Amino acid sequence: MNAIDFSPYRQQLKCNFSRIEDVFEECIFDALYHLSPQGVERYLEGASLVCKIGRGFEPVLIYLEEIPEMANRLGEEIISEVADAVWRMSRSPNGVAIPHFMQCLPEASRRLCCDEQMRHFIKLIFTMMEATTKSIHGFHSTIPSPGLPQLLQQIPHLLNQLSLEGLKNWIDYGIRNYNNHPERQRDYFSLQSADSKAMLQRERHGTLYVDNERKLDLYLRGLWQLQDHFIPYSLGFDELRKPQPYFDPVGIRLPDLYDDRNGVSGIDRYRALLAHVAAHKRWSSEIFVDNFSPFQRVAIETFEDSRVEYLAMRHFPGLRQLWLKLHPQPDENDCHPEQESCIRHRLAMLSYALLNPQHNYQNPDILSYVEKFHALMANSDSSLQEIANLAVSFIARTRRQQDQAPNVYFKDTEIDYRDDNRHLWIFIEESDDEDYPEQPEKRRVSDDKLEGLPPRHYPEWDYQSKSYKPDWVSLYESMHPSANSADIDTLLAKHAALAKRLKRILDLLKPQYFQRIRYQEEGSDLDLDIAIRSLIDYRCGSQPDPRINMSHIHNGRSIAVTLLLDLSASLKEVPDGCEQSILELSQEAVSLLAWTIDQLGDPFSIVGFHSDTRHNVRFYHLKGFSESWDDNVKGRIAAMDAGFSTRMGAAIRHAAHYLESQQSDKKLLLILTDGEPSDIDINDAQYLIQDTHRAIEEIGAKGIYSHCITLDKKADEYIADIFGPNGYTVVDHVEKLPEKLPLLFTSLTS
Amino acid sequence: MSNNQPDISQYTISQEPFYEPQGDEIALYGAAYAARLPVMVKGPTGCGKSRFIEYMAWTLKRPLITVACNEDMTASDLVGRYLLDANGTRWLDGPLTIAARIGAICYLDEIVEARQDTTVVIHPLTDHRRTLPLDKKGELVTAHPDFQLVISYNPGYQSLMKDLKQSTKQRFCGLDFDYPDIATEAAIVSKESGIDSDTAKQLVQIAHTARNLKGHGLDEGISTRLLVYAANLMQQGIEKRAACRMALVRPITDDHDIRDTLDHAIASVFA
Repeated sequence: MNAIDFSPYRQQLKCNFSRIEDVFEECIFDALYHLSPQGVERYLEGASLVCKIGRGFEPVLIYLEEIPEMANRLGEEIISEVADAVWRMSRSPNGVAIPHFMQCLPEASRRLCCDEQMRHFIKLIFTMMEATTKSIHGFHSTIPSPGLPQLLQQIPHLLNQLSLEGLKNWIDYGIRNYNNHPERQRDYFSLQSADSKAMLQRERHGTLYVDNERKLDLYLRGLWQLQDHFIPYSLGFDELRKPQPYFDPVGIRLPDLYDDRNGVSGIDRYRALLAHVAAHKRWSSEIFVDNFSPFQRVAIETFEDSRVEYLAMRHFPGLRQLWLKLHPQPDENDCHPEQESCIRHRLAMLSYALLNPQHNYQNPDILSYVEKFHALMANSDSSLQEIANLAVSFIARTRRQQDQAPNVYFKDTEIDYRDDNRHLWIFIEESDDEDYPEQPEKRRVSDDKLEGLPPRHYPEWDYQSKSYKPDWVSLYESMHPSANSADIDTLLAKHAALAKRLKRILDLLKPQYFQRIRYQEEGSDLDLDIAIRSLIDYRCGSQPDPRINMSHIHNGRSIAVTLLLDLSASLKEVPDGCEQSILELSQEAVSLLAWTIDQLGDPFSIVGFHSDTRHNVRFYHLKGFSESWDDNVKGRIAAMDAGFSTRMGAAIRHAAHYLESQQSDKKLLLILTDGEPSDIDINDAQYLIQDTHRAIEEIGAKGIYSHCITLDKKADEYIADIFGPNGYTVVDHVEKLPEKLPLLFTSLTS
Repeated sequence: MSNNQPDISQYTISQEPFYEPQGDEIALYGAAYAARLPVMVKGPTGCGKSRFIEYMAWTLKRPLITVACNEDMTASDLVGRYLLDANGTRWLDGPLTIAARIGAICYLDEIVEARQDTTVVIHPLTDHRRTLPLDKKGELVTAHPDFQLVISYNPGYQSLMKDLKQSTKQRFCGLDFDYPDIATEAAIVSKESGIDSDTAKQLVQIAHTARNLKGHGLDEGISTRLLVYAANLMQQGIEKRAACRMALVRPITDDHDIRDTLDHAIASVFA
């Protein structure tokens, strides 16, 4: 090493931190080993550039240490790109993030396969940086990105779980939603907030447990006649020691996602695991642990795993292929019994040999025990006790001095579709870990009377990312307060003339149900069956039945209606040329409509809503489907009040939730509003419009018709976007609303 | 008596149908027939109800008249009706009347599919009277001494709307059928289709997978009849897994998850 003179290289590196000197020789030696001469030159140029940014020696050190290996992995092109990126970052207000950026690069280079992807990655980071860096006076960016350092710190963890595309989606989501909110942005990018985790979960690669729960349940039921509870655990958070599947009386613990591996799809990996567990459940018993040494125990576990799999393969021969693909294939000569503990290696080889009859192992012990195993299994199911004896003798036979050694050989010995076999063991001595001197105090349930029901969470549609924001809106429902019901009677009395006219229309209103009536002497059609029968009777000389016609009538209506009222603050306004506020007019209209529908006898409910940000959407019940048009309901309508904003999507989804459970053939959701959807936490006018449109589509898919009556004269600009070309009516003269609303309803439903 | 006596021979069963007894049902049925008691056979679809009745008709040397019941069937479809012809009208016996006249076994398959007002016409034939009044014709047919009425139904898709009246139910003695045990069912499949017994056992194993899923998205498990279909396809040279998918999975469900599970079961069994 000393033979090479490093001083020319040191001169090329224009950087005078004294800390550099300590490590320079090692670094340049590494670089000379990995890089071409041009590469080394670029490397040193880059290092000089990083030095010049004035962020201390740390970025330079990281650069010097990590670049040669990265360049070796991804190609030398990457050297100048990294230096360039660091330089650009230093010219922005985000200098503080540079060490984090440098630090995440090596890990990123390990996760990303090629320089192309690395370039995308760097570009992605810069897009995020530029989007979240804010300026005060317009031109110059002055405020550093609040989330960038957090993001860079999380990169290794994120790349472990996400593909580059998933990462991009996750970052985009954060930028879109928290760009104006530094605290939240920080929470999001440091994976603290709930929706950050939820988004991460959604973008993860592989087969998610949640998507396949039913299939797995069917698998257990169908193939194994088992019924058990699944409890998924996450592999994403324990880096050091991965949790293993296991089962106990509570249920089967299994990972929350599986990637495809060795040509086995994620779902089949779940099935491989479940088949193994089910085989244990069917054929394994329990045995006292205290009689065995630790080595004997692992051997018993391996032998027992092989035994139950052997039995399972008798029933389902196809399992062999599946398990073989997932089983590691330890190489016979990989482990050196003189230097390390080969116990795991031996057992893994044995397990593989038992699974695969075409194994190529030569080890006489393995061969002889494979034979013994097959002899044992030849004519019976054997038992845990028998297999334990075999396992103990295997350990005795193959024991080596080095088995006790601390450096255990692990490579290719982990069989991850198998559970940890805790169910095999009974302990005589209870462990004292969970020794409670007294029973832990139960969580006290508050005695306070609950105001309304617990919140319901609804997703909201984000038209920019074309995805739902999970559990975005919290909706609280409650009974609407009550007031004097006589007020409503007075209102109705005022409209007595209109009510009379409505009554006439109602009488004319045709019910929907089309029914055939047979055996009519006079009717609209000849009923052929009966006519021929009568003719035969006539020819036979007996008395023919004269009722040979049939007719049709409309019989019954089967329509359920929910009226959804917008109770936002704008209702308090008194429109031009009116003496009453919109709220009062609405009260009149709703009363008349309720009276009308009550006359028709259709199931009918009235609900109202307003919102104060996504965290507080209030949903009021004014009349339930089962309530009749009585004083209680009138009292609630009399108490109608206006306030806050109009976040319509969640209210529509919730109203549809109730309407959906009605038994009627037709279901109608009438929405009465005075303006476009809006809320104070939303700047983008399109956002809530698009979400409402989405909600209307969703309920349409559930078979619910929706119709909007809007009092907003300017509604034409947006209303068709929400409710479709025929899904709305604009009432220009608000004072006509009490008259219009019932008529509209009758025309909609006749 | 009508002058055009029906041809009995078309209703007689000339060849012995293959039937593998599952228990003592042959003896039970024989006793019921000896006492001329009406019999009801219950069981899931494709488990061998109709085959059993055929076999018993052959054993007892009686003609068998089978009526597949449906919703549009009226009482006159069973009893008979006048038809118009060039000279006026002509009476035509329905299958029930023919059976009562010639002393056949009348088998009403899937009786619950018929409307309840139709099924009441069998009442006078199924109690001590053993007569069938033809009110249109003004005739009272007294059943032949050998006549017996058998009905079948599948309690599996019994809905609230489709059930027998108590007054109908209580005129019959009942035999319960189910899919046979593994060995018997495999023997049946292999005898019916000529397939080797190992494959037959594997087919039965797949059927059991589906039967375990009954009520979890499947209304009815894979029947013995479908197993025979699958075996027949294999005998035609179709690859086993493809034959199973075609005959066992695709007909019974459109549910993606269940399909997937059954396909996996097939792959596991036919490795």
